[in-house]
Amino acid sequence: MRWGVVTFPGSNDDHDALYALDHVLGQDAVSLWHKERDLKGVDCVLLPGGFSYGDYLRCGAMARFSPIMESVVELARRGGFVWGVCNGFQVLCEAGLLPGALIRNRSLQFICTPVQLRVEETETPFTNQYTRGEIISIPIKHGEGCYIADPVTLEQLEENRQVVLRYVDSSGRATPEANPNGALNNIAGIVNAQRNVFGLMPHPEHAVEKLVGGEGGLRLFQSLITAHADGTHRPAAAVAPGH
Amino acid sequence: MRARVFITPKKGVLDPQGKAVERSLHALGFAEAHDVHLGKYIELSIEGGDRAQAERRTDEMCRRLLANGVIEDYRFELQD
Repeated sequence: MRWGVVTFPGSNDDHDALYALDHVLGQDAVSLWHKERDLKGVDCVLLPGGFSYGDYLRCGAMARFSPIMESVVELARRGGFVWGVCNGFQVLCEAGLLPGALIRNRSLQFICTPVQLRVEETETPFTNQYTRGEIISIPIKHGEGCYIADPVTLEQLEENRQVVLRYVDSSGRATPEANPNGALNNIAGIVNAQRNVFGLMPHPEHAVEKLVGGEGGLRLFQSLITAHADGTHRPAAAVAPGH
Repeated sequence: MRARVFITPKKGVLDPQGKAVERSLHALGFAEAHDVHLGKYIELSIEGGDRAQAERRTDEMCRRLLANGVIEDYRFELQD
């Protein structure tokens, strides 16, 4: 499977993601530059964490208008895989590929810590290697990770089982105390209705090795590799410009 | 023409910054201060066109970039 990791000005987890994909998972992973439009034939585009365009105006607001994002939106519309981590999640919300928005943490503090997450839905290409209700540990590091959406959208997300990961305590309860940033319904990660676009605030690329931070995020990547191999999700063929 | 754009958190959206500022005002003895909300103020110049067009264009700027309709409201003023 071929992966592309986008580098925006201000991205800082792009190389961690490339390392996780290339060194740890043995994947074919290439770097994609924000000014380009060519996705180099990748099966999944990963938008990494960081501070694209200095988080000016709003987190992810500027990155959304970079040339590469035109191709990313087009890939997503065709059913291709698009995955946003942290700032990447913010970009996907700003681009309208995922519903809702991410605002300043309730505490107003930048939070860098491992969190417990409950895998809420396993019938997605991103979580098929987990069991429903499983608790995993992945770090977060963000200042604007409080997920919000209007009540109707929130209800739809829950009803369609699009909430994939939720912040929980060590016994698996989604309590206010276990919620690091004030996200509605303790939401840490969601998929779109078609289940080919995934956004989450925690950093799975920082949780792929026992030696540093554990392996809680490993199976998110392995899930997508499995889904791709199964061919259950295949994007439609690209439409040539002008057709 | 000069546009002055005011962006504020939507009603009902969590505004932790507003809350923190309100608490600080209370701590300073300004007990009468309530419903504090922090937003953004943006100024820009618009070249050419008439007022109606400038209004349309500024509104479009707000919808497409300056404000995020999920979390923010906006209003603007135009000055010749």
